[in-house]
Amino acid sequence: MARFRKNGSRDLPEISTASLPDIIFMLLFFFMATTSMKEVTYMVSIKVPEATELTKLEKKTLVKYVYVGKPLQHLVGQFGNETRLQLDDSFADISQLEEYISQERSSMKESDQSQMIVSIKADRETKMGIITDIKQSLRRAYALKINYSASERTKASY
Amino acid sequence: MAKRKTPGINASSMADISFLLLIFFLVTTSMNVNSGLSRKLPPPLPPGAEQPDVEVNKRNVFVVLINSNNQIMAQGQMVNIRDLKEKAKLFIQNPANDPTLPALTPVNIPLIGNINVTKEHVISLQNDRGTDYQAYLEVQNELVAAYNELRESLAIEKFGTHYAACSEEQQDAINKVYPQKISEAEPKNYGGQK
Repeated sequence: MARFRKNGSRDLPEISTASLPDIIFMLLFFFMATTSMKEVTYMVSIKVPEATELTKLEKKTLVKYVYVGKPLQHLVGQFGNETRLQLDDSFADISQLEEYISQERSSMKESDQSQMIVSIKADRETKMGIITDIKQSLRRAYALKINYSASERTKASY
Repeated sequence: MAKRKTPGINASSMADISFLLLIFFLVTTSMNVNSGLSRKLPPPLPPGAEQPDVEVNKRNVFVVLINSNNQIMAQGQMVNIRDLKEKAKLFIQNPANDPTLPALTPVNIPLIGNINVTKEHVISLQNDRGTDYQAYLEVQNELVAAYNELRESLAIEKFGTHYAACSEEQQDAINKVYPQKISEAEPKNYGGQK
């Protein structure tokens, strides 16, 4: 027959925390793997316009970015106050865009080249003149799939 | 000398260290997915070629102009951005077979059957170089929204589900009824200040 020990203050057995680091590490690796670091350091200030009919850019490897806006505060002295174009980490002229796009395209996998999407990240106060010029050079570079970067707006607020 | 046992390294602080790292990554992570309005540009004109004059019946064209003061003109009338979508929807659909709106042609589309479609309609969008990007994108957005709403209501009417939930063939069929035809004019400088 089993004997039951009565009263006798028993200590709760300690919970082993030996596996805690492993669990935390797993979480850590998950976050490290899913993190997408910022693509570039912005040199222009960009507040993207708002829209409702958005599509998500899911395949990040297919997307190339063109940034348009006024130079950041600390760069104004060096680069002036005019709206500028940024490609990768430096300012560029519109005439360089065509070259840049074809270069970027040739660095992609061949099967992906036709699916390249160029995302135009432009400040909402940009004048359309520069955007039109960008669109024209994208057309000449045969980068026909474009995406106007925008943030979500709730339907009601205008 | 006697063999000394190496003392076990105390690993209890390991959890703290990895917590610290975890929190660092949590904070620096930006999970935001880039989103935007997807459009397709027309292929470039061959060098030296002029824009070919396409014969389009006037009733089939919906002209939207945006000037450098971000005012919108649709079909010769000043409109508010809020009214643009309804106007565009009416134009694309032409439910009452209005002779000033695009011509309806009956077509047979698989899965949907016979339906009257404004096959030749075109929305023509022109902007000034001085137009604000936000204003331009809003107009683009309203036009795309007009198409999306029409497609959505057709999907619910014909297939009983949302457009996004339809199968690929069903979406294709709906796209045939409401093909997105937003054409942007070759850039010109429409007077006005810079």
